Amino acid sequence: MRKNMLKKENRIFKNLYNEFGWDIENSLKRDDWKNTKDLINKGREWIINEVKTSELRGRGGAGFSTGLKWSFAPKEVGSRPHYLVINADESEPGTCKDRDILRFEPQKLIEGCLIAGYTVNAHVCYIYIRGEYLNEGKRLQEAIDQAYAKNFLGKNACGSGWDFDIHIHYGAGAYICGEETALLESIEGNKGQPRLKPPFPALVGLYGCPTIVNNVETVAVVPTILRRGGKWFASIGRPKNTGTKIFCISGNVNAPCNVEEEMGVPLKDLIEKHAGGVVGGWDNLQAVIPGGSSMPLLPKKVCDTLTMDFDTLIENKSGLGTAGIVVINKDQDIVECMARIARFYKHESCGQCTPCREGSGWMWRILDRVVKRKATFSDIDLLSDVTKQIEGHTICAFGEGSAWPVQGLLRHFRKEVESRCREEPLIKKKLNNPYLVDQHLLENKNA
Amino acid sequence: MSVKKIHDNQPKEFKFSDENFKKVEEILKRYPEKNKKSAVMPLLYLAQRQNDNWIPLAAMKYIANYLAMPYISVYEVATFYTMYNLAPVGKHFIQVCTTTPCLLRGADKIVKLCKENISPNENEISKKGNCSWMEVECLGACVSAPMVQINDDYYEDLDEKSTKEILISLINDKPLKPGSYRGRKNTSPEKILISNEEKHA
Repeated sequence: MRKNMLKKENRIFKNLYNEFGWDIENSLKRDDWKNTKDLINKGREWIINEVKTSELRGRGGAGFSTGLKWSFAPKEVGSRPHYLVINADESEPGTCKDRDILRFEPQKLIEGCLIAGYTVNAHVCYIYIRGEYLNEGKRLQEAIDQAYAKNFLGKNACGSGWDFDIHIHYGAGAYICGEETALLESIEGNKGQPRLKPPFPALVGLYGCPTIVNNVETVAVVPTILRRGGKWFASIGRPKNTGTKIFCISGNVNAPCNVEEEMGVPLKDLIEKHAGGVVGGWDNLQAVIPGGSSMPLLPKKVCDTLTMDFDTLIENKSGLGTAGIVVINKDQDIVECMARIARFYKHESCGQCTPCREGSGWMWRILDRVVKRKATFSDIDLLSDVTKQIEGHTICAFGEGSAWPVQGLLRHFRKEVESRCREEPLIKKKLNNPYLVDQHLLENKNA
Repeated sequence: MSVKKIHDNQPKEFKFSDENFKKVEEILKRYPEKNKKSAVMPLLYLAQRQNDNWIPLAAMKYIANYLAMPYISVYEVATFYTMYNLAPVGKHFIQVCTTTPCLLRGADKIVKLCKENISPNENEISKKGNCSWMEVECLGACVSAPMVQINDDYYEDLDEKSTKEILISLINDKPLKPGSYRGRKNTSPEKILISNEEKHA
């Protein structure tokens, strides 16, 4: 096992479990808002350069360089105002990191919003929180009010000469609104269906104005990066995969938890040192979903040596995503777990692109047949084919998100799936099975 | 996509209460003057709160008028998002998360308890105690699985015993407190549990 875990002084979210109080007075003791004015007065160029030096990559799933994203915003404000939008629509199964930031470290987020807003020339920021997080939203509103009371927000925010306002907008239970353009549609008062890109939101976003959309965790770490320097952040973790990250460890572990660790931490360390180990011991591990439900699962033999960062996981044909680690042990039915995820995607598809709308239903129905041992051998190829038909043929990344977990299952557990597909084709049995999609084939004429 | 059924018995009229009118004005201030339409989601929430946690068609028409947008656009929004209830729900509305991380820790047992104690089917108001329940997708509290949301609050780290106690408290209209039911502090790791036996539901 690795000797050096993340040092206490390198931790960014010191109040992740609310041991020290979330309100502004306690946040000030933890160095929030310490020299915000000086940081802002160093100018946009300096801030963007410092963030680029830190090699911070977006924490929302795609892992795009934050400094680069900010530099895409037009340098001068034209006829249209700029907007900053914070994506707090956290609904990826396995992920619950933003909830703790909203509840217990709201000032880090608010300070980050001011700095990010100044950097991209935005005077208004919308924080889009999922509707279920009503209590978290109320807490954040309280924190925002406290910041207003101290003149950290509003006119001449924090004495920086920059006017800045933050508004909260609640979602209403649509997973797809975590996609940035769907989120913007939702704020505009439409149903949350993603837009075709390009144009990207940095040029044409909210209300047709230049908009930068960032994840909660990304923005919340920025003030600390600026205060301690981009080089400090870059010194943690691995090259190109720097800094600290909140990992959410759920599923069959003895002590599920959120924990802040450095990037590139071995998965085994995370599970055994922080989450109390797999239920039934490490040898009882069956598979791990490393980055929220959209990322392909990995079997135990990969997990033994796996390190958690963007590039290593891509090499292993998975992804870090939102770092929501779901541990599945051998007591579970792996196909049932993935069938449930397929059902999730069937439920959450926005219905805009046909491959995703129809394909997500197909995948769920086929996997459900496999769970019930009603599938035929040819169903496996059909399933694999459907995933290929969805992937890359949709407007947003939801298509990949729904297809990849199924592809992961077929890649690593094909034998398990095959062993359950022993049924004769229904067409031979002439059963009236509601799962059969091509029902018309049952009529003899067409068969 | 979820299919939502509009309630058969619709009230004819809907109007915001005076108190809510003040809130509407506050909400409209958040968005640019010419983009009043943005307020449709918060206004639907207000209507839902005012009308016993469901939105009648009259409210959609009213909001459409108020924001000068076509009725069908409001209808579109109200039917797209799953948190808008278009038919009455129980006074205690229980949403059970059943997505994989909760399923791994026994969400199916909670569903079973709901079926036994509240009503055999989803979205059916119980005869006793005015409760209703439904299965929902990930509620974003995966490290506190299994969990349920009752009205606005999260009840976390449940097992069969605690779930039953909570459900009975709802039927008797004396809801228990939300939060963790294994007595842990938020999402911190527990030190006590290092055994081979599963302690959860």
